[in-house]
Amino acid sequence: MSLPAIETETKVHRLPGAAKVLALPAPSSAAALQSRVMPLLRALATRIVPPLVTLAALLLIWELLCSRTGSSLPPPSQVINDSWELIIDPFYDRGGLDKGLFWHLFASLKRVMLGYAIAAVIGVALGTLIGQSTWAMRGLDPIFQVLRTVPPLAWLPLSLAAFRDGEPSAIFVIFVTAVWPIVINTAVGIRNIPQDYRNVARVLRLNPAEYAIKIMIPAAAPYIFTGLKIGIGLSWLAIVAAEMLIGGVGIGFFIWDAWNSSLISDIIVALTYVGIVGFLLDRLVALVAHAVTRGTANS
Amino acid sequence: MAKPYLSLESVGKSFSRGAASTEVLKEIDLKVERGEFISIIGHSGCGKSTLLNIVAGLTDATTGVVLLEDKEVNDPGPDRAVVFQNHSLLPWLTVYENVSLAVDKVSRKTRSKAERHAWTMHNLDLVQMAHAKDKRPSEISGGMKQRVGIARALAMEPKVLLLDEPFGALDALTRAHLQDSVMQIHATLGNTVMMITHDVDEAVLLSDRIVMMTNGPSARIGEILDVPLARPRKRLELVSDAAYIRCRQAVLKFLYERHRFVEAA
Repeated sequence: MSLPAIETETKVHRLPGAAKVLALPAPSSAAALQSRVMPLLRALATRIVPPLVTLAALLLIWELLCSRTGSSLPPPSQVINDSWELIIDPFYDRGGLDKGLFWHLFASLKRVMLGYAIAAVIGVALGTLIGQSTWAMRGLDPIFQVLRTVPPLAWLPLSLAAFRDGEPSAIFVIFVTAVWPIVINTAVGIRNIPQDYRNVARVLRLNPAEYAIKIMIPAAAPYIFTGLKIGIGLSWLAIVAAEMLIGGVGIGFFIWDAWNSSLISDIIVALTYVGIVGFLLDRLVALVAHAVTRGTANS
Repeated sequence: MAKPYLSLESVGKSFSRGAASTEVLKEIDLKVERGEFISIIGHSGCGKSTLLNIVAGLTDATTGVVLLEDKEVNDPGPDRAVVFQNHSLLPWLTVYENVSLAVDKVSRKTRSKAERHAWTMHNLDLVQMAHAKDKRPSEISGGMKQRVGIARALAMEPKVLLLDEPFGALDALTRAHLQDSVMQIHATLGNTVMMITHDVDEAVLLSDRIVMMTNGPSARIGEILDVPLARPRKRLELVSDAAYIRCRQAVLKFLYERHRFVEAA
């Protein structure tokens, strides 16, 4: 059987000159490089230019507002003038409290890291307990809900009374600030482990240790890291206030000391550093979270 | 007469909330021979999944008992591996690790490390997924995930393989493909299989016997149909096969004439 031939001939009318094909110039290696680098630069520019413009605008407004005679705060130009030594050399150390900003920040970071590390360990452990056991939740959760609303600094006098020393008190304040979001988020994460994963564990007869390592921790990791991220931010918030009260080397006391010496420019420089370090801490935890929880997004 | 391999004896299940209690399953009696492929079919809400969970040990029966090789089933275990409806692969593990988790747990004492690796790869080969062993579940298709779920269950060398609507979430073509794979694996390994389904063609194509459930609450076994089709079965040849059509009609009649799904008021 043969199918009737289908008319496939199409008539193409060529208009003179309409279909002229222009030969593209062969791309040179420089052009190829340019075509590869340009989008990268453009992407970078779209990220960096807007904040720079905003920053410049803010500095300009600040300069204009504070340049009048009798203004209570120094303009940026004067801040740079007054605190040039502080900005240019963060590493000097003349003994006592007369150190560069790096050493103050370093001392504060050490306290935060210690308090935060204790909070992370205890927070994840307590959160796991609350998430796993209904009775632990019923017993502990109401108490935690009350305790977590106590402002961090309110703990300081009590911890000073208990430890009779500034250093452990500051670390305790950091701990008590960071621990609640870690506890609560861990508990929520563990409570939210899908029943399917629990069933897999039951069919395989995983023992509690295997269950914790193979299923519970990876499944709850995104929640745990949310808690850890909130915790690090709060710790950095609390350390400055705590150090203002306990004294010694540390960025908090540096700021308080500068205020007592009426070095307003130094305060502004220190605040800039505090902000940048806080931002970097947040990024750091986010980076670790991204590396660890890779692939745990439900699919 | 030989003792049945898997035996359900007057299994019943009721859920109670406060004073109110709902009976889901009532007086389920079923004997399954070794190597048999049993399908359980019924309208949604008739408690077929509950029945499978009772056999798996994930849910306790309120009355009655499940015996596997004359031993009572009380808790879940790898001798009754489950292929879950939504694959339930662990998303943070690769395909290989999802299967080797089961292999390592079940045969840590009986196999060396190299043997366990070989066994994991063997089971991935069985479901034709060895090529994707380093992918994560999020990187493979739904049908592939279900294949890995089957490989994980097979790797436990279960006495009974429990399939909980394993192909329900897949498109028709992928489903047919996987059904063929399951038939082939069943022919090769001779597993005892219990499958939950709501697909009439799937039940007739795969099963030796089809257990038809009445509607809940208090669902019972309405009828058990023998499927007298020779294996290996070929999907295309069966379409016009008289016995196939008869079985299909019997199931359809049961589901749509005698036990029509009545929406709960």
